[in-house]
Amino acid sequence: MPKITPFHARVEPLNQTGIWKNWSGYLVCPNYQYSVVTEYYSIRNAAAILDTTPLFKYRIQGAQAEDLLGYVLARDTRKCNTGTAQYSVLCNAAGFVIQDCVVLHVNNQEYWLTTAEPSLRYFREWARQLNLTSVSIEDISSDYGIVAVQGPHSLNVISQLTSGAESLRFFEVLQTEIEMIPVTISRTGFTGDLGYEIWVPVQHALRLWDMLMSAGCGYNLTPIGTTALKMARVEAGLLLMGVDFHSARYAWVPEQTESPFELGWGWMLRTLADDDREFLGRNALRSELLSQSSRWKTVGLEVDWHDFERLHREAGVPTAKHEIYRESTMSIYRRGTIEWDYVGYASSFLFSPILQKPIALAKLPFDLATAGTEIDLEITILRRPVNVLARVASLPFFNPPRKTQIITGNRLQ
Amino acid sequence: MTKLVNTVRGEDFDAIVIGGGHNGLVNAGYLAKHGLKTVVLERRPIVGGAAITEELIPGFKFTTFSYAISLLRPDIVQDLNLVEHGMMVLPLIRTFQPGWNGDYLLLGPDVDENYHELARHSAADAEAYRDLSHLIKRVCFALKPLMDSIPPNSISELPADRAEMHQFEKYIGSLDLEVQAMLAKFANSSVADILDEYFETELVKAMLATSGIIGSRVGPRSQGSGLVWLYHKMGEYDGIFGEWGFHKGGNGEFTQVLARAVQAFGGVIRINTSVDRVLYQDGRAVGVRLTDGTEIRGDIVVSALDPRRTFTELVDPHDLPEELVQAIYKFQFHGTAAKVNFALQDIPRFPGLEHRQEIFMGFTNIGPSIDYLEQAFSDCQAGRFSSRPFLDCCVQSTIDPDMSPPGNHIMSCFVMYAPYHLANGDWDRERDNLGDTVQATLEEFFPGFGDSVLHREIVTPLDIERIVGLSEGDIFAGALSAPQMFLNRPAAGWNQYRTPISGYYQCGSGTHPGGCVIGGSGKLAAKQILHDRSLLLQPR
Repeated sequence: MPKITPFHARVEPLNQTGIWKNWSGYLVCPNYQYSVVTEYYSIRNAAAILDTTPLFKYRIQGAQAEDLLGYVLARDTRKCNTGTAQYSVLCNAAGFVIQDCVVLHVNNQEYWLTTAEPSLRYFREWARQLNLTSVSIEDISSDYGIVAVQGPHSLNVISQLTSGAESLRFFEVLQTEIEMIPVTISRTGFTGDLGYEIWVPVQHALRLWDMLMSAGCGYNLTPIGTTALKMARVEAGLLLMGVDFHSARYAWVPEQTESPFELGWGWMLRTLADDDREFLGRNALRSELLSQSSRWKTVGLEVDWHDFERLHREAGVPTAKHEIYRESTMSIYRRGTIEWDYVGYASSFLFSPILQKPIALAKLPFDLATAGTEIDLEITILRRPVNVLARVASLPFFNPPRKTQIITGNRLQ
Repeated sequence: MTKLVNTVRGEDFDAIVIGGGHNGLVNAGYLAKHGLKTVVLERRPIVGGAAITEELIPGFKFTTFSYAISLLRPDIVQDLNLVEHGMMVLPLIRTFQPGWNGDYLLLGPDVDENYHELARHSAADAEAYRDLSHLIKRVCFALKPLMDSIPPNSISELPADRAEMHQFEKYIGSLDLEVQAMLAKFANSSVADILDEYFETELVKAMLATSGIIGSRVGPRSQGSGLVWLYHKMGEYDGIFGEWGFHKGGNGEFTQVLARAVQAFGGVIRINTSVDRVLYQDGRAVGVRLTDGTEIRGDIVVSALDPRRTFTELVDPHDLPEELVQAIYKFQFHGTAAKVNFALQDIPRFPGLEHRQEIFMGFTNIGPSIDYLEQAFSDCQAGRFSSRPFLDCCVQSTIDPDMSPPGNHIMSCFVMYAPYHLANGDWDRERDNLGDTVQATLEEFFPGFGDSVLHREIVTPLDIERIVGLSEGDIFAGALSAPQMFLNRPAAGWNQYRTPISGYYQCGSGTHPGGCVIGGSGKLAAKQILHDRSLLLQPR
């Protein structure tokens, strides 16, 4: 029996499709209504509310909390000041990605982390190996619910409950109260849009949900499921573990491992070449950087609409616009004289509602990874493999200014 | 021949587009993209033509005229980089058809859910709906290439034109027999006839029949309504509800996106600039003269206005071939529609579905039976607006919260029939009577509706003509009837965007593929212009 989240009593009657899925052992709704695109558009046009409780949550605190995180996370946690958050990554000693995570530095010497994979033992084990005694690591997964409010009107919704969110900049965190409920609000999310995530103690989860829903009434606040979220994250160029990359923890062969550079996360390691911070994977990553030995690059692909439509027309079938989101591997070939010259693969494929064309996240060798390069992407039309023209695009595909904009007054200007 | 008189000489351009409606903008976008120094001249203080959004009272955005996007070709979106300029079409996912005594039909994005909703009325109808939907999709798929190409010239004797005509006939002949038969039905039957063959429930028939009368002077039982129905179905071809949408901020925001695209390609847009005449010499266009006397020179002049204005007002019809002028005089304009747009305190309440705001996330059809629609039409035939009108309503704030202040709503109502030619009285005096009639009709289905009204905007067919410039208030810039489509839009032999004056072109909805917010006319005209120009530039 899957577990239920602390919001379940409210979420359950909103689920018009009756479809549920399993996310880390919790019952979650993939789509509340039959029009997934409508849910998706609430992220880009109005405000969306999403239960992300199934993430694993950890509290790491104490005088040596920073030492622990500074070692196990590849991105420099010392730069994550109190009241800010970081998108970060855990690597193994060989410099391969174990998982991505979000760190909230909620208080002096107190960090909260969300991860997709269980990590309690992992953190404890490293604390022991590093001989860090002044740090406590707690699994607080069952203590808190997390609700994300995302979209251009997300602040207008939250502002009705607390004025605290207005001053939050992108990736800042605030601990405050809403009607006596202690909440932690971060300006973060997985949609690539303006958005917030709110942590709430489980016993108050339903009351917070109700307050948000009534505050959102005039802004068409729409409950969204995981499918709409995943659509938005492809446009935002955000990678999903298990889809766009796999944890080195469970890799069978080296091909299943990825370094942060290969995933496009080199920006997390900007100071690697010239600082002396010791962290897990440092030597391997440094040598990868200096010798430029990354095996491939993560890029965006934009499918050429004219070619996509022509191929369908020739087959006598309508353009498959409704096959909107897919997580299966699709082969990529070099365009040229050699047929089916395999060079890489796409991992997430989406008919992007906002770009009005199919897009994908892909891995390509460096000589093909510059924006504008033409490649062939294998799709299936009438059960047959067909190559459609696609062009390499830089990530993210969609990045509205409001995502990071500094807000003055209670509305986005 | 218009004399070139001594007037102020404005800047020169390669191409001058008269009229900044959506087709004019699309046309200008393509021309500018291909390197022509292009200007759009718009008479009004805003571009958009019939696709505008106006904030008439603070916080409430009114889509004064057109109110939805259909059929807009994805290639235009890509070619003109519209996404970059803010294009966002939100899907309209519902059709709500209130009936009498609490009866209703509420269709949505899931075919199986729709089956059961229809089966509540008749299981046979629910099944027929699926079959018919698929057949219609096949017809639309077959016609799509025609929507996307310059139609052949049916009267030319030139071998190349004859070959194109032959190609076209061969294509139609090559279609699947079932598709051909259905196509013939659309062309020759009334929407009611076709529906009678498939359905037994009045409410189901009425819901579907409304697409057969939109904007046209036909009733559901008139021959010709089948074709109007097919035309509107083309907009839904990728799925029953897939392709109709609402542009964020209304259609006015869509035309603003187009304007930004034109400018990004280096095109120039001049508002408050009214064109008096197209200037031509020795059968070649040389520019335009504005009403203030300024002359703007350009070898390419494109009219985005309707055929009547293009051929009889912007140029002297005496300079054109007699048979073309006669065809244009006979070209029918059927203004039969009005708009009444409401700013509402609260969402309308349908008894039994009071708390379901999402029922309005699409089109709400008021017209519960074929007889109701036919009765509304008979008023039109008698030269008066319908005493119980058919309404196509859209509460757009349920789709886009930025259309109204939080908690309030904006509702666009397309009203039929409202004949341009009234037998008695005039539209300026009937304005409020029309508003009251529409409000009373809504009150019938949504008790308490009137109490919620904060403001209403009434747009008569005469307003459509006066403000937008569409002759006789015809929203399609010329009736969508078989003799006025494809080969004959706007006239046989002159359906390829050219005119008898070399360098003078037409790109409005009065050309193929026609009305609605499609952009096809603007795009295909640009294709023709660029083709002609590249021929000219080719060394001989």
